[in-house]
Amino acid sequence: MSHGTLFDKVWDLHTVGTLPSGQTQLFIGLHLIHEVTSPQAFAMLRERDLSVMFPQRTVATVDHIVPTENQARPFIDSLAEQMIQELEANCKSNDIRFYNIGSGNQGIVHVIAPEQGLTQPGMTIACGDSHTSTHGAFGAIAFGIGTSQVRDVLASQTLALAKLKVRRIEVNGDLLPGVYAKDVILHIIRTLGVKGGVGYAYEFAGTTFDAMTMEERMTVCNMSIEGGARCGYVNPDATTYEYLKGRDFSPSGDAWDEAITWWDSLVSDADAEYDDVAVFDANEIEPTVTWGITPGQGVWVSEAIPVAASLPESDRVVAEEAYSYMGLDPGTPIKGTKIDVCFIGSCTNGRISDLREAAKVAEGRKVAGGIKAFVVPGSERVKQQAEAEGLDTIFEAAGFEWRQAGCSMCLAMNPDKLQGRQISASSSNRNFKGRQGSSSGRTLLMSPAMVAAAAVTGSVTDVRELL
Amino acid sequence: MSLAMSLLRPHRRLSLHKQIPTMTQISTITGPALPLTGNDIDTDRIIPARFLKSITFDGLGDHAFEDDRQQMNGAHPFDQPQYQSARILVVNRNFGCGSSREHAPQAIARWGIQTLIGESFAEIFFGNCVAMGVPCVVAESEAVRQLQAAIAANPEQPFTLDLSAMTVTYGDTVIPVTMGDGPRQMFLHGTWDACGQLVAQSQEIQATAARLPYVAWA
Repeated sequence: MSHGTLFDKVWDLHTVGTLPSGQTQLFIGLHLIHEVTSPQAFAMLRERDLSVMFPQRTVATVDHIVPTENQARPFIDSLAEQMIQELEANCKSNDIRFYNIGSGNQGIVHVIAPEQGLTQPGMTIACGDSHTSTHGAFGAIAFGIGTSQVRDVLASQTLALAKLKVRRIEVNGDLLPGVYAKDVILHIIRTLGVKGGVGYAYEFAGTTFDAMTMEERMTVCNMSIEGGARCGYVNPDATTYEYLKGRDFSPSGDAWDEAITWWDSLVSDADAEYDDVAVFDANEIEPTVTWGITPGQGVWVSEAIPVAASLPESDRVVAEEAYSYMGLDPGTPIKGTKIDVCFIGSCTNGRISDLREAAKVAEGRKVAGGIKAFVVPGSERVKQQAEAEGLDTIFEAAGFEWRQAGCSMCLAMNPDKLQGRQISASSSNRNFKGRQGSSSGRTLLMSPAMVAAAAVTGSVTDVRELL
Repeated sequence: MSLAMSLLRPHRRLSLHKQIPTMTQISTITGPALPLTGNDIDTDRIIPARFLKSITFDGLGDHAFEDDRQQMNGAHPFDQPQYQSARILVVNRNFGCGSSREHAPQAIARWGIQTLIGESFAEIFFGNCVAMGVPCVVAESEAVRQLQAAIAANPEQPFTLDLSAMTVTYGDTVIPVTMGDGPRQMFLHGTWDACGQLVAQSQEIQATAARLPYVAWA
């Protein structure tokens, strides 16, 4: 049983009481909602004649169904239009803050909350979206929930939950050039497995995370769920405070000093006890690419697709399924795999630093013939910042399409989809069967710089050769 | 009151708009079962994202495993005639991983499934099932494989999940299963829909909020 970790402290501070079932009733400090998982929750409230208990602690945006080319209303897709209208109506009637398209603040929910300073250390954060783990980068306990639980948070600002165990994941050392936060988390998931984190919160610690920017920490925490961990976090430090200072919703004046004192008190104690510890060496991590149908099926770009016999027995069934679905042969190098589509964006890698890294690779080069490549900024603010830096010009000169903010082809609920058996190089988080909008489409996950490298060469390429 | 299930299920068409029962004690579920083999079956496969473009959960039962079913051309267990009256779904490792979409368990439940037995479940999926009144219990890998083989050998055979005894029984065979005690008590006491209990604590909720410094900063 863990003791003295940030997770323990934040959990205890937010505990309302113990329910008759023995579960904890946990207060949720920040509730984020979007158009896909909230409409049924509002309907359930209406059926039960319940109201929103803390409307000021819920913030809404629209991201999943947003078209990234033509955003004129009504949307061409009438179902998408119905979903945005429902969210607009629900927010209006319940007095919930809503960042709509064109507000300058719209974007992927896990991009906009941090950039506005809504996400803060020591908070509990819930959202009907599994990548809510992203917000753990600030030392928040943040996790995804389903729609019935969205209803519970709207009605009571609390959830019925069982406490998680805590695993400290320590990574030490400097990342080699061309190796990014995405490679670190893909390596962790490859090693610990896609279900290794079930029942755990992941605490990411060690000198590698200490040296990371907030955006890099967000990339790591974002994919905790792909390793089975419902939440992942990094203890807050000077980097966190530097990022937060002066943002729209960050405390200011005397409250800022009070906040720092409180945030510091939440950091895991030096003698904290963990349920488990895993240690990694940053120096051994190389650019990573997934070859299969789970985010745990990754290899270094220098490696071959593993043969089943080399894998643990329990992973072989899914490996066989992956060879067949992906049409890739075990024993073949992943490098050189031909690509059809390149997607840069998502809540994992759609922030300004991601676009900068990809632009460095794209600059002065051309997207290879026959490749469709597009960049979807994570938010309207990211888009504006990128344009101020001229990144849009670099991408467009190289032959990438420059789009509006949204989730886009990460899950393809908007018009951006793979066609048929197309294969994508994608900076997103999931390579599941059919994930990117075609039931036979294929996804290779990698860092944004690696996606840009694939775009300009037409195949999986070691980005280090282009830096 | 236990939720004793008849072996006869209404025809699929009638089940589409079936209301999932609320606030019922759930202690035993009996009915035919369906084996769905495979590890790491994610919620995108259970219900592809295009079916999330709706403001209700209506009709999701028709689209459970839509793409897998199309690709298997009638050979998917959800399409096979011998499993059409199944109430119990038996799965393998890490079932329901990935997206938090409650549409996934909603699709499975609206197809007609009332409980799942598996080697392991992803956490958000499990929590969604609790909130819907659909118990997910865990059995040893070998026992799950044995169950799946027994179902395939005799699809008509009824299986009984007993949450008091924590067993699955068929014929003379009894298999032990596990579930966290919190969720188990919620099913047994009919409090798996926690919303009312949570809202009832409004004074304690306000007091907790008042202790958190950041609530005053916003």
